[in-house]
Amino acid sequence: MPPTLKAERILEVANLSVDIPVPSGMLHPVQGLSFRVDRGETLAIVGESGCGKSLTSLALMDLLPSRATRRAEKLVLDGQDLTQLSERKMSDLRGNRMSMIFQEPMTSLNPSYTIGDQLIEALRRHRGVTVAEARERAVWLLEKVGITAAQGRLRQYPHQLSGGLRQRVMIAMALMCGPDLIIADEPTTALDVTIQAQILHLLADLQREFQTGLILITHDLGVVARVADRVAVMYAGQIVEQGTAMQIFQAPTHPYTQGLLDCIPIPGKTARGAHLGSIPGIVPSLVGHIKGCHFAERCRYARNLCQAGAIGLRDGATPGHRYRCTQSSAEAAAHMKLETVQ
Amino acid sequence: MLPYILKRSAVAVLVALTVSLITFSMIYLSGDPAVALAGESATEQDIENIRTYYGYDRPIIVQYADWLYRAAQGDFGQSNYLRKPVSEVIFERLPTTMLLGLCALIFALTLSIPLGVLAAIRPNSLIDRVALTIAVVGQAMPSFWFALTLMLWFGVYWRLLPITGSASWSNFVMPSIALGYYITPAVMRLTRAGMMDVLATDYIRTARAKGLRPMTVLFKHALRNAIIPVVSLAAVQFGFMLGGSIVIETIFAINGLGFLAYESIQRADLPMMQAIVLVLSVFYIVLTFLADMLNAWLDPRIRVA
Amino acid sequence: MAVIDISPIAPALEPSMGSQMRRRIFGHAGLMIGGTVLIVIILMALLAPYISPHDPFDQVLDRKLIPPIWFDSDKATWTFPLGTDHFGRDYLSRLLWGARISLTIGIMAMLISGIIGTTIGVAAGYFGGKVDMVANFIITTRLSMPVVLVAIAVVSLIGSSLTVVIWVLGLLIWDRFAVVMRSATMQVRNLDFIASAQALGCSPVRIVLTEIMPNIANPLIVVATIEMAHAILLEAALSFLGLGVQPPEPSWGLMIAEAKGLMFFDAWLIAIPGAALFMLVLSINLLGDGLRDVTAPDGRN
Repeated sequence: MPPTLKAERILEVANLSVDIPVPSGMLHPVQGLSFRVDRGETLAIVGESGCGKSLTSLALMDLLPSRATRRAEKLVLDGQDLTQLSERKMSDLRGNRMSMIFQEPMTSLNPSYTIGDQLIEALRRHRGVTVAEARERAVWLLEKVGITAAQGRLRQYPHQLSGGLRQRVMIAMALMCGPDLIIADEPTTALDVTIQAQILHLLADLQREFQTGLILITHDLGVVARVADRVAVMYAGQIVEQGTAMQIFQAPTHPYTQGLLDCIPIPGKTARGAHLGSIPGIVPSLVGHIKGCHFAERCRYARNLCQAGAIGLRDGATPGHRYRCTQSSAEAAAHMKLETVQ
Repeated sequence: MLPYILKRSAVAVLVALTVSLITFSMIYLSGDPAVALAGESATEQDIENIRTYYGYDRPIIVQYADWLYRAAQGDFGQSNYLRKPVSEVIFERLPTTMLLGLCALIFALTLSIPLGVLAAIRPNSLIDRVALTIAVVGQAMPSFWFALTLMLWFGVYWRLLPITGSASWSNFVMPSIALGYYITPAVMRLTRAGMMDVLATDYIRTARAKGLRPMTVLFKHALRNAIIPVVSLAAVQFGFMLGGSIVIETIFAINGLGFLAYESIQRADLPMMQAIVLVLSVFYIVLTFLADMLNAWLDPRIRVA
Repeated sequence: MAVIDISPIAPALEPSMGSQMRRRIFGHAGLMIGGTVLIVIILMALLAPYISPHDPFDQVLDRKLIPPIWFDSDKATWTFPLGTDHFGRDYLSRLLWGARISLTIGIMAMLISGIIGTTIGVAAGYFGGKVDMVANFIITTRLSMPVVLVAIAVVSLIGSSLTVVIWVLGLLIWDRFAVVMRSATMQVRNLDFIASAQALGCSPVRIVLTEIMPNIANPLIVVATIEMAHAILLEAALSFLGLGVQPPEPSWGLMIAEAKGLMFFDAWLIAIPGAALFMLVLSINLLGDGLRDVTAPDGRN
């Protein structure tokens, strides 16, 4: 790795949107997202299935299905503008400066080639190193991700490894070229609960060691609490709240975030035998435009103002904490107290 | 992998034995073979003599065992018509049919696999429609009519190729095309479908996410997996082709096994007919066995259990 | 309360199953074309005795080898729109009557092979275990023997006629039925409603007939069309080799065989019956493909 001074900000995204034409109209699964990731920092994008978080990650990598269009005011990776890049230049970046880890380790590796082959091919493609050099790095990384007998593993095929091991291989694969940014799309969802913690710790350790930026996409708040520095909560294609993990967990301001936190038991906070909350209703369709707040239909605090017009992000109680709602942070805090009392 | 090989071999042998039994019993389809051999103006005594001479008076099991024993050593008896050992004639003509089959297979694969891949990359595009049209037309067209039409155009109207005989390589062009076109639709469709399935998998998405070049993704990752079922199918279709070669060889007067079969039928040369059916069946059994082995070898999930 | 352009929650009134299916069928180009052409050919065959301008067997050597009407020749005449063959027989009439032969063989062989193959396949899929092993063995054995060769061998030994050809083909081409029905049955076999039927004490035969068959009807119909086309092409090939339908029957394959020697000068003699075979098989294939598409819309279209 060339010893240049590296910038603090790795990724800057402003107003990212994705549109997909569907038989019933135009679908807007991602609407005007803005966020940033710094070196050595983990940003967690949280939301339920269908909120658009996976498509966001594909949009960043420019791996969207051909029918989809991506628009962004700003999409900058370590100083490089990604919006106007040709496919060729983009493929130079993929696996190289920005890597992705997918959800399904069982199917994300090619069954016909060895682990070693799949690990070294990206490095050889991007850096032109020899097979021996690439193998050396592969072994080193496999050990780093906690796989023993790494040398022998290179010759194994994916089907000979368990899900947890395969996901470690995926992580190693993502790190092969020393990327500045890693996007992990639900990396632990398909794994056993016992393995989830290990993988998450691994990601956190590696990130700290290599000082990469990490975007962690998940629907699991427990995961977020463990590893995230900053959090963006997504609902129906929009970011409805973002801030540091501390801010989100201690002072959730958007009713959706509050609802999400209500749904999980928090040791120390949730009383024994208390009801876990649930959010009634279903996610709205994102075909066409929704006037006003996307969450209004399911929000118990909704009022006419909420559906009058588009709602922008506003500042919360502490700096850096932003949310998309008509109520003030004081009102939100009051609502939270109410619920805790109940 | 070894237990798999053994199991498949056992099945193959059993099937071959069953086929031999069926082939053997064909001579009884037309009634008493001794009567058939003796001809119309034969007397009772003539028929009895023939029966004893050829051994038709023995129990069927014994006849079968004897026939099988000799067949396993390559002795299929004498041709009724040619007065030569059947095996001699067969092995004389076998290479020609194999050559024809091979050329037809090469033609078919060269046409169908690239078309299938291109059609899969660009579904619903022009190339996709061309590929599907070729498939649809190929499946509907009688092979003999196609052969005759080829003969008319290339042999007669444009005088580019010879229309009969098996003298030189140019004699094999039209028959190979006619025979190969027989299996092109199935192979093309499977390649297209297989590629489309593979291109939608997670591991192709991973390959793209690693920034691999499009050609690498297509050939090293996608085609490598999509081709596995095509191998099996190609072997099966090759078997069909061998059966269908009788028509093509007869039209183009190619001196192969198919033409021999046709001639034997005309001449009521029963031992020859039986031998040809048995030989081709066994060849097909061996072929599918090898295709299975190749299939298993290509898929590491079977090869490295 | 909600001011939303598109209302997602209340499901829109869905069109009924029947009209939805009808729309799918009529919207599918291949299905419509194939179905229409096939119906036309079937009508041609059924009405052949009434609409043929001449007797297809009538030989009048004076008027042999008259070219079809589109030829620029003074011999061509509307009396014989498709010309005559080397025996002076009207080609149009022979074509119409030939349709009867092809369709009869196609349908009958398809039915026979369908019954055999479906029985074997469903039994294998339903009972599994040893029954499945035996069925697989039988199928593999059948697959190892080249159909055309065995067919001509048998026909040459027994003697050929329409009936013989139908039975020989029917007894040979059941393999696809068996394979497809077996896998279709296996897919349905393990579903819960079968288990509940068994728990109720229904006999296997009853379960197969009432629960399994309706659910495997779709692939069955598709394979039926494939095998019908297959049988038609096989009969044409057999007749072409002289081992199918015998002269003077106007089998299309036989017509091509008879004209083979003359094709260099009078190419229409093979072009017309060949085109007829092509149209018939193509229409059946389009119909089969179309049926498969409309009954399984989550396929590749």
